[in-house]
Amino acid sequence: MNIVYRRPESLKKKTMHYCPGCGHSIIHKLIASVIDELQIREDTIIVSPVGCSVLIYDYFECDGTESAHGRAQAVSTGLKRVQPDKLVICYQGDGDLAAIGTSETIHSANRGENFTVIFVNNAIYGMTGGQMAPTTLIGQKTQTSPFGRDPVLAGYPLKMCELLNQLKAPAYIERVSVHDVKNTIKTQKAIKKGLSYQMNGMGYSFIEVLSMCPTNWGTAPVQAAQWVKEHLASYYPLGVFRDNGASEEYK
Amino acid sequence: MGERILMRGNEALCEGAIIAGCKYYFGYPITPQNEIPAYMANRLPEVGGVFLQAESEIASINMIWGAGCAGKRAMTSSSSPGISLMQEGISYLAGAELPAVIVNMVRGGPGLGNIAPAQSDYFQSTRGGGHGDYYVIVLAPATVEELTHMMVDAFDLADIYRTPVIVLGDGVLGQMTEPLVLPEPSTRVIPEKDYILDGAKNRKPRTIKSLRLAPQQALEDHNMELKKKYEEIMKKEVRYEGYMIDDAEIIVVSFGTSSRVCKSSIQMVRENGIKVGMIRPVTLWPFPSEIISDLAKNTGVRAFLDVEMNYGQMIEDVKLSVNGEKEVHFYGRTGGMLPDENELYNKIMEVVNEYCIQET
Ligand SMILES: Cc1ncc(C[n+]2csc(CCOP(=O)(O)OP(=O)(O)O)c2C)c(N)n1
Repeated sequence: MNIVYRRPESLKKKTMHYCPGCGHSIIHKLIASVIDELQIREDTIIVSPVGCSVLIYDYFECDGTESAHGRAQAVSTGLKRVQPDKLVICYQGDGDLAAIGTSETIHSANRGENFTVIFVNNAIYGMTGGQMAPTTLIGQKTQTSPFGRDPVLAGYPLKMCELLNQLKAPAYIERVSVHDVKNTIKTQKAIKKGLSYQMNGMGYSFIEVLSMCPTNWGTAPVQAAQWVKEHLASYYPLGVFRDNGASEEYK
Repeated sequence: MGERILMRGNEALCEGAIIAGCKYYFGYPITPQNEIPAYMANRLPEVGGVFLQAESEIASINMIWGAGCAGKRAMTSSSSPGISLMQEGISYLAGAELPAVIVNMVRGGPGLGNIAPAQSDYFQSTRGGGHGDYYVIVLAPATVEELTHMMVDAFDLADIYRTPVIVLGDGVLGQMTEPLVLPEPSTRVIPEKDYILDGAKNRKPRTIKSLRLAPQQALEDHNMELKKKYEEIMKKEVRYEGYMIDDAEIIVVSFGTSSRVCKSSIQMVRENGIKVGMIRPVTLWPFPSEIISDLAKNTGVRAFLDVEMNYGQMIEDVKLSVNGEKEVHFYGRTGGMLPDENELYNKIMEVVNEYCIQET
């Protein structure tokens, strides 16, 4: 028999708590596949955020730790600085990374900390029930922007890749999406690149993943994926912003 | 015994930490403790460690969490406003039972206050400080030498009980230069760290967390385990100094820098032939309640005088321990002011007169 698809070994045989159509479970699976592929399960520590994915450590056959809301990159810094030979995956939502934890994000990136950040941008606060996120689009209705996000009141959606791309230190910055199969495969490749760079000691890698939150967007899963394609990805252009591994000096 | 040397408090404590095996420091500058990060920045690379200036105290304490997950001895330090910022992190550390050593060189508050020495973070330190049901061990040195040796004790206690430990000094202790002999490395047995996150190689994956959602009682069960641990600490780890208490009729209670002033004033009062002594809590939590209760029940003891560099925080613990057996008086200065030995002498004499204590 030719096996074309199987559950990654790094993923526990456990039903995830995510809502139907949520992007977190897809992204977890991609990470687990990469961990398998690179054979790094026994060296990897996963840092979970506070957000819907707070329980990420329950789904991986890897060591994992919680972090306070927004502090995942400070925790990752501590972990990595004291055991530089281990691999640290820092997983965060947009509230965690781009609102309460913006300072930790910018400074970890600016120090070029040698870990891999997976930034799940679903344009909303999922866990707390659908409030406006720093990444919520203009006009997007949420619990706390009931008339649609108004930039006069709430400013503009924060583009983290573009922001971090102003810094000298990061090794790799890419924005990907999991709204369809083609982009999901690209996302897995990006995660693999980020982790490979970490293994090579190249420094900070930042992978922003546009993702669906049907429950809090008030849409069906299929429409949610469509919304990512049509709206989220048009405000947040997909692509590579920085890739030191592809540049001459690293070859 | 080691050689006697002269060192400034903030620098000497770093040597104490390094002797304790601390190789990692994460912190953010704030007066009056800036000598600590400056010293560590120079010294840690020499011992193969890492010094990192964090972007904030919030980041520092969460870096400490990361280092703690890896089972490494790491420390941070700050002064009052910075310690306030760390409180969420300290609560998480307590909940997840991660060891950490945090030095607080207390300055005058509230708010930005001033940079003068104070003891006004007593409540914050001894009542957990952050949200939730927990305590942290609080050590209060009175001399540079004690501060330095205490660092070894602090790291041991943090590891033995898997808890944050706060070393509570103040601007005077941090800035003062005093003679000392450096501590010896500890010989205490530290339990094996079976929680470390270093990759799930040939073992089941491990998780470090403070979140306890299910079953419904999971958090209560965990908190009851924490409570048991705290009770053990209260039983085993109380430290205090009794100063001239054997025949004392008036008992002064004071810690840290203010206790040094008390010693001078007590000596002045003793010269009048009046029997005054002092209990100096060395652990502020666990608080030395038992000795204070015993003294309160002792018929020879007439009254207590609580002395602090704030307007009365530890006095609550003293009163709880005295439990109404005797009157507890208070003398203190706040806002970064130091108690004056003559003023304190007068205060002690006032209490002496109130109880018609005669010289013998
Ligand atoms: C200090 C603190 N503030 C607020 C919260 C409440 N909180 C929990 S998760 C969250 C937002 C999560 O949103 P996001 O990071 O976008 O992740 P998602 O749930 O959408 O995956 C908030 C505000 C908290 N736990 N701690």
